[in-house]
Amino acid sequence: MENQRPTFYEELRGKGVSRRDFIKFCTTMAAFMGLEASGVAQIAKAFETKPRLPVIWFHFQECTCCSESFIRASHPIVADIILDKISLDYQETLMAASGAPAEAAYKAVMEKHPGEYIVMVEGSIPTENEAYCCIGGRSALQILQEAVKNCKAVVAWGNCASAGCVQAASPNPTGAKPVHKVISGKPVINVQGCPPIADVMAGVVVHLLTFDRIPQLDGMSRPKAFYSRRVHDTCYRRANFDAGLFVESFDDEGAKRGYCLYKMGCKGPVTYNSCGIIKWNDSVSYPIQSGHPCIGCAEEGFWDNGPFYQHLPGVAGFGIETTADKVGLGLGIGTAVGIAAHAVVTNVRKHKEIINEPEAGSEVETKKV
Amino acid sequence: MRNRTTPLREVHVWELPVRFYHWINALCVVTLCVTGYIIGNPPAFMKGTEAYFNYWFGTVRFIHFVTAFVFFFNFIFRLYWGFTGNEFARWYNYIPLKRCQWKEMLEVIKVDVLQLTNKKIDSIGHNSLASFIYFLTFLIFLLQCLTGFGMYAAMSKSFLPQMFAWVVPFLGGDMHVRQIHHILMWGFILFAIVHMYLVFYHDYIERRGVTSSMIGGWKFIEEDVVERHDNRTEECPKKI
Repeated sequence: MENQRPTFYEELRGKGVSRRDFIKFCTTMAAFMGLEASGVAQIAKAFETKPRLPVIWFHFQECTCCSESFIRASHPIVADIILDKISLDYQETLMAASGAPAEAAYKAVMEKHPGEYIVMVEGSIPTENEAYCCIGGRSALQILQEAVKNCKAVVAWGNCASAGCVQAASPNPTGAKPVHKVISGKPVINVQGCPPIADVMAGVVVHLLTFDRIPQLDGMSRPKAFYSRRVHDTCYRRANFDAGLFVESFDDEGAKRGYCLYKMGCKGPVTYNSCGIIKWNDSVSYPIQSGHPCIGCAEEGFWDNGPFYQHLPGVAGFGIETTADKVGLGLGIGTAVGIAAHAVVTNVRKHKEIINEPEAGSEVETKKV
Repeated sequence: MRNRTTPLREVHVWELPVRFYHWINALCVVTLCVTGYIIGNPPAFMKGTEAYFNYWFGTVRFIHFVTAFVFFFNFIFRLYWGFTGNEFARWYNYIPLKRCQWKEMLEVIKVDVLQLTNKKIDSIGHNSLASFIYFLTFLIFLLQCLTGFGMYAAMSKSFLPQMFAWVVPFLGGDMHVRQIHHILMWGFILFAIVHMYLVFYHDYIERRGVTSSMIGGWKFIEEDVVERHDNRTEECPKKI
């Protein structure tokens, strides 16, 4: 039965989704992924002809916000087909099974579809002591390493799985590590964000299904289609930045006028994500549009580069709110004091050289005119 | 009027390209530090207006980027001149590979920093300690170019910035890169303070015309020092 898996389209029609709605879905996805018009047909064809993609979805050290985000994808079919009905053979939060049957379900995927299934991971993996995260009596590391052995690709959902997120922030008590640091030999797609935008997650899944290969990735293994531009460069408030119009406190005139939140600690200029374009919650808004600075949740180590409401991060070893500027100014004053002291000492100790007196016995003659 | 006849020789120390490099570099560093500091901590002096009418912050950033290109090529030129310039400009002055260079550094610390003795340092160009500090500043130049163009790469498709696109992933994201770039700026500021003080200091103590030498190229060196330099048996640092 599993060998003749129904296609996505068959499953959808079986559920009562009309052809029209299906094409709408394909068009939406093509737009999110930045494909040209012919991409719509490619997506439709893939969904009509390809059997469903077997997926194992693990939850390790995380808060499930990635799953929460995913099921709120803007197009109802996205969550419905990819998450709920078709793809997931194993998903701890959403599956009905528990205990032994659940374990059996994901083992069955690994056995029946070697080299075909996708491993999706939410959460970081503890390495300080593997016992910090155990499921069914086995550690997260053991489960993951076994599962990726025969998988096609790994999708790391969110900042936890991509960079460790809050668990990996200093002092990182569990030794939390992202997926790409604990496995090797398999392509890892880092779908960054805390959580990632639902439509970005859907876009990655649709890409995997449509083109049978991983999307083009940037230097940090993030899909270029969604992470190639800074939030800052796509921000609708950007004109205020270039004009030098800044909010200076959350209740000032600038905040009312929608000025740039740069001075409020907005991390948009150092964060790569699609928040300014795709936005959140059915493209209603995103943090900056709602008057709050970006906290940079799609970047590695964003917790340690705080405070959130300060433009310059603190300098490690100098206290939380000490910026490079404060340290630099302190060093500058120290240098100036040192120079002043040196100048005084010079005038005392090098007096002879300064007044240019010849040393005893030298051939230099002094004329008084 | 007090005056003295001291047997001096005029020595052409800084060639024209070195002097050009120095002043272009100085201008660039000042411009980059000022604009860079503004970019990191912009004054919000405009209020109650619309973005449509202004572009001053964009202009500050533009000046920063253009100056960065000038700084970069000027730096590359100086590296080249380190292989073709005169003996005072050559690269081997700046990297302390020889024991005698370290010895002179200790002497400079004794004579000029701690002022324990009144002996004069013989060096005609930079002394060994100064050269080593310049070597460190060159490393900062390099890091500043790497981090700066690394961040710029996301905004430009052109060849030069794209060569630095690997820097951001290598250092773990823009946040870290920007922080490093910002901290290193303070290196330039501290260097400039000490550098200018020491120019005054040496002119005041030694009267070899070190300040004007970066304009005219000539220093006035005591005859015996020049003779010792010309007749030295072992070269330090060794000419390569």
